Formats: sequence, structure tokens, C-alpha cells
Amino acid sequence: MDTTDGGTPVSDGALPSPRFPIEDALRSAGLWALVTLGLCFPIVAFETLQDFSNRLTIEARPLLVLFAVAAVFAGRLGWLAVRYHGLPQLLPATRFELTPERKKQLPRIGLAALLIFPFFALLLTGQGGAVKWIDNFGVQILIYVMLAWGLNIVVGLAGLLDLGYVAFYAVGAYAYALIATYVIPATVPGLGPWAFWICLPIAGILAAFWGILLGFPVLRLRGDYLAIVTLAFGEIIRLVLINWVEVTNGNAGIRTPYITFFGLPFSSRTGETTFGDVFALPGSPAVHRSMFLYYTILALALLVAVATQRLRRLPIGRAWEAMREDEIACRSLGINTVNTKLTAFAIGAMFGGLAGAFFGARQGFVNPRSFEFMESATILAIVVLGGMGSLVGVAIAAVAVIGGIELLRELSFLKQIFGPEFDPGQYRMLIFGLAMVLMMIWRPRGLVGARQPTIALDGNAKAISASHVKEGHG
Amino acid sequence: MRWVRDPLLVVEGLTMRFGGLTAVRDLSFSVGRGDITALIGPNGAGKTTVFNCITGFYKPTSGLMALSTGGPVRLDEVAALASTGHRYKCVDDQIGADGVFLLERMPDFEIARRARVARTFQNIRLFSGMTVLENLIVAQHTPLMRASGWTIKGLFGAPQYRQAEAAAMKRARYWLEHIELTHRADDAAGSLPYGDQRRLEIARAMCTDPVLLCLDEPAAGLNPRESLELNTLLRTIRDHHATSILLIEHDMSVVMEISDHVVVLEYGLRISDGTPESVRNDPKVIAAYLGVDDDEVAQVEAEVGL
Repeated sequence: MDTTDGGTPVSDGALPSPRFPIEDALRSAGLWALVTLGLCFPIVAFETLQDFSNRLTIEARPLLVLFAVAAVFAGRLGWLAVRYHGLPQLLPATRFELTPERKKQLPRIGLAALLIFPFFALLLTGQGGAVKWIDNFGVQILIYVMLAWGLNIVVGLAGLLDLGYVAFYAVGAYAYALIATYVIPATVPGLGPWAFWICLPIAGILAAFWGILLGFPVLRLRGDYLAIVTLAFGEIIRLVLINWVEVTNGNAGIRTPYITFFGLPFSSRTGETTFGDVFALPGSPAVHRSMFLYYTILALALLVAVATQRLRRLPIGRAWEAMREDEIACRSLGINTVNTKLTAFAIGAMFGGLAGAFFGARQGFVNPRSFEFMESATILAIVVLGGMGSLVGVAIAAVAVIGGIELLRELSFLKQIFGPEFDPGQYRMLIFGLAMVLMMIWRPRGLVGARQPTIALDGNAKAISASHVKEGHG
Repeated sequence: MRWVRDPLLVVEGLTMRFGGLTAVRDLSFSVGRGDITALIGPNGAGKTTVFNCITGFYKPTSGLMALSTGGPVRLDEVAALASTGHRYKCVDDQIGADGVFLLERMPDFEIARRARVARTFQNIRLFSGMTVLENLIVAQHTPLMRASGWTIKGLFGAPQYRQAEAAAMKRARYWLEHIELTHRADDAAGSLPYGDQRRLEIARAMCTDPVLLCLDEPAAGLNPRESLELNTLLRTIRDHHATSILLIEHDMSVVMEISDHVVVLEYGLRISDGTPESVRNDPKVIAAYLGVDDDEVAQVEAEVGL
């Protein structure tokens, strides 16, 4: 639909009616408001509280219900008006067009933004606030970007639905925790400060090994069956971590050595020389540490991105995508689909393991609670939301999902509207779920659904529309 | 009579049962080197089953399928190989080298890779979300994989891999020109019209550099002009490449026009085998295809010796 200068609506196909059908719109909005009222009644309208004598009391929250109903009514009315009249002129005037040249610049701009982000945060929020922004937002999001890029190889490229990806994350984290806490101090204590860098490749290799181990039994499975078995695998790893108390210390978890700057600690209680002392840096050790973590995970995530881009242009990557498109045709061309599937599982798992080792070093503590199914679901949601196979799309989705969940913690200003009793944290998941539903209606194939060809006859191939690209089923 | 003098593929006593149903019964025929061999028969005669057995997608219940890429299939050599328990015997055990292959023992991807048998499918199976060019490059997976040092050298951009990729591009370009799709090389294969998709599937199979190309109803759904183009393409393949063709086809204009050798199946049995001319005049074939009137049954049966 577009609008002419006079503001008279012109819709495709249908004849324009003379004026906005206000009664119909009001009726529709009223109906929506009524449904909202009905939904609100049991969930929102009453709150159970314990009073001073520990008795359960019910408190009515009419204001909240009224607000929800009014919001839905106004929203529906506004939506109908926009759909009828088109958006006001302000949007076309400021429309930003994503030309192919600009699209090519996008990853470079993104990378530059990522590189300066910690300093930007430091500048804006100062020493006190920066740690939260660098660590809680930056590092947290980048861990998920890396995980989602790793899972993207299995799900997005090879088309194998994996619901147990968090298992490899756990393998990596526990590999770091066990080796750095027990093995290295017991055997070669001198290597202690280097523990993270020694454990990183070991964690990757171990996770890849577990990826192959998972791959073998599921080779013949497709679609739903594959998803269920991978989910079970993720749960098995978690249950083993909980119950094998002698090794993993069960639910109590393992305290791991703090990450150091190649042997230089960031803070010291015993008066050792710290990273800040050596380089004569201003600021608190916490900021140094979070910056180091930030650039480490950024480098690891970029390693995944570069590897993925390269692999896509190699026969193995093309075979993954071909397998997603049609496995039988692959076999008729001499591609060993068993090996192809196993490499996809192994390489995807390896990146999960690297992220896990980093996670273990960053937290200073690992326990099985960090590796529940919800994590797998979140990572998969990021991949699907971003558009399967697209690195940029997945990265944006990770920022939106993880950043969004973290940002929703910051809604304390809502307390001024709904009173001090209101806890916005409780609505985090509701808002997140709603956003996911809207996203999938707006872009069913994810943010970037189009597929970039890996080779072209005339240098500048255009992206392939999502309608031709298959999602894979095994 | 090249299929007798210089057979590329010999099928002996092939039987395929699915539970109680016998789709192919004790079938024997051979495919001549450099011939276009047509496998014809009414619907449900078991033609596609034979194809799936040859290309390894089905494991036959019993029978022998021997393919020889060096010279004609020699039964004594095949028997000697069969008794050793090996699946194939080839020069230096190299992939792509000449040798003798017992197809009934090999898995599907190995038949494509080692015995160099390529195939197309009745319902087109292109990688629809990949470009036309990518489809042709994926088909060259085996040599590219070797050149990329099983990915490791390729990751670091080894010159050896870049050369191999350039060679793969050259071959892809060659086939793009032959199927007249160069102008659509960078479009999604799924966006091509039906006839182009059929030709692309044949080109993709040819990019694997096969000695035997199995085409399952290549002319299905093509208009008369496209059928004619297909005939030209298949003749080009036979005349200019060391590739023999085995095809299943219902379109008699294609079969009689281009094939050197025709094998006719009905209810899983071979009812005729010979040159197109001899098959066309075979009363059994006529009966199978056209059926006969009730009062002529006795006469025809006597004629065909039932």
C-alpha cells in the first residue's frame, strides 16, 4: 500500500473507500480489549500474597488490568489506522536504503563497533558502570554469538536439528574446570598461569570427540527423531555432571582458577604484581579483567566466523549445504554423507567446547545448572531468529535476544508507573516470547533468510531467496 | 552388438524382492561401452528398481552386477574377484582409477565415486537453494576434497586447492555452455524452468566424470522441442565423452531415435533385448505395450511361444 500526496488511501487491488471506517475499527478494538480482559482476569487481575501471619491473601490489581486493556485497545486502533492510511509521511523521508554496497560494509562497521565498544562504555559510564556493560552485556552476548555461530554450522548449514548443543558447551566448561583446577596443579604446577590457553584447544578437541560420539547413533535419524535424541544427549551429559559427584562435585560445582593475562593476575590479595601494575594502567582491576575477557571472546567468536566463511567455500562446506538441500542427490554424486554429517557435528561441537572453556574461565565457577535445556533452546532460537546459515543475521539475533533479556532487567522505571510492588523482571519472558512470535510473523525465515552463494561466475552473485533454500530435515 | 563384444556393465541374475513382491526376477543384460542403452517397459515393470540396484540405492536380493572400466568385463576375472570377498579391484587402489567393480557389494556413494556411475532421478533432485554453478561444483566434490587436503590445506588457501577449484570452474563452464544455461549460472537452481532443471541434472551428473550415466526418464515432462534438444545433448555425451548411457524412457521418439541397444522389461522379467529395430518388431513387446484383443490371445500366445 502506498499513499498519494493528498492523503487519500490507495490499496492494491481494492477500491479506496471514502473515509476511515471508524465504527468497524472501534468494534474490532473493543473485541480485542474484551479478549484481553478475559485473559487478564485469572492471570493478572489477582495476586497471591502472604501477610504477616503467613496466611495467603488475594489482592486485586484492577489498575494493571485496566492498563493492559487500554493498551490493547489503543494498539489495535492505531494498527488499523496505520494499515488504512499508511504510515505518516515521516517514514519515507528518512528511509534508509540498504544498497548492495552498504550491505558489504555492514560486517566491517559491525566489527569496528565491536572493537571500540568497551572504551565507549568506559567513556559513557565510567569505571563503576563499565564492568556491567562490558561483562554482563558485551561478554555475555559474544558468548552466545559464538555458540549460535557454532550451532549454525550444524543446523543452518548441514540442516541437522540439534536440541542438545549445550552438552558440548558443558563438555568445554568442565574440561577447563577439571584440567585447570585438578590436573595441572597436580602434574605441572608451573603451567598454572597458562591453564586457560592450554585447556582451550583440549576443550575444543574433547567437545569435537563428543560431537562425533553423538553423531554415530543419530546418523540414520531425521527430523523430529534426530531432535529428540540430541535433546536426550544434552540431558544425559547434564545428569552425568550432577551425579558423578567424585569427579564433578555434583550440584555444588567446581571453583576454577581466575583467568589471568598470560600469567599476570588482574587482581591480587597477596600483593603479586598485577596486570594493571605492569602496564601502569589507570582504573580498577575489574575493568581490566572484563576488557581482557571481552577481547578474548571477541577473538574466539571471530575465529568461528572466519572458519565458517572459509569452510563454506570449501568442498566440505558445500557438501554440508548440499546435504541440507538433498541427501540422496549427494550420495549419487559420490559424497559420503556419513563423514559429512560427522564433520558437521564435530566442528559445531568444537566451537561449542571452545565457548565452554571460556565460560568456565570467566565465571570462575561451573556447575550443571548453567547447562540446562533452556540454554540449548535459547541458542537454537537465536539461530532460527537470525536466519539459518547467515552469520550477520545470527549475530544481530544474539544481540537482540541476549541483550534484550538483559535490558529487560533494567525496566525499574516502570515501578514509578505501577508502584513499588511491581517487578518488571517477572514480565521478561512474557515480553521476550511475544517478541519472538511477532518476529516469526514478520520474517518467518529469520532476519536474514536469503542465502549467499559460495562461488559465482561473474564475481558479484546476488543472494538466493529464502523460498528456494531448504531447511533440511535430517 | 557392442554389448556382447565390449560390455561395460554385466548384470547377471538380478533379483529384487520387497517382502512378498518380486520387482525384478532373474534379470540379465549387459551395457555396451560407448552405447546408449534404453531400458523400457510398461509402468511398474521394475525399471527404476533395476536403476536403484545398479546405483546402490537398493541392495539386490541376489544377482551380480559387474562393471569394468579398463576393458570389457571378463567373467573369469569377475568370478576371481568375487571369491576374494573384495568389493572392487583397481589400479593402486586409487579413487577414479580403472578396475573391476562388483556393484552389488558397494554402497551408493562409493559406486558414484569409485566405479564412476552417475545418475539422475525421476523426480528431479537438484540442490534447489544453491546456484546452478554451485550444483555443478558440488558434483566435483571428490577431486576438490582431495585437492583441499581433506579441508586442512584448503582452510589455509593452498595454491593446490585454488588450481583444483579453477579446473572445476572450467569443467562447470563447459557444461553450462552445453546445456545453454551460462546466463543463469548464478541463479538458484530451484528458480529454473522444468526443462532447464532436467538438463542441469544431467550436466551435474556429467561433472562427476562418469563412465556410465544412468538417466531415469530424462524426457519426462519435456515438450517436443526440448525432447529434440535432449537427444542432441545425449548424442554429444556419447560421441565426445567416454561415457556410456543407460536410460529409462517412455518417450519412444527418444528411445528409437538415439539408442543403440534396447532392453524391454515386463513384470520384472526381460521380454526382449536387441537393436531398436528388432525390439520394435518383437511381437512380445507389441503385446506388452499395446495389449491384444481377446480373440487373438491364443494366436498371439502361440506366436510368442507361451
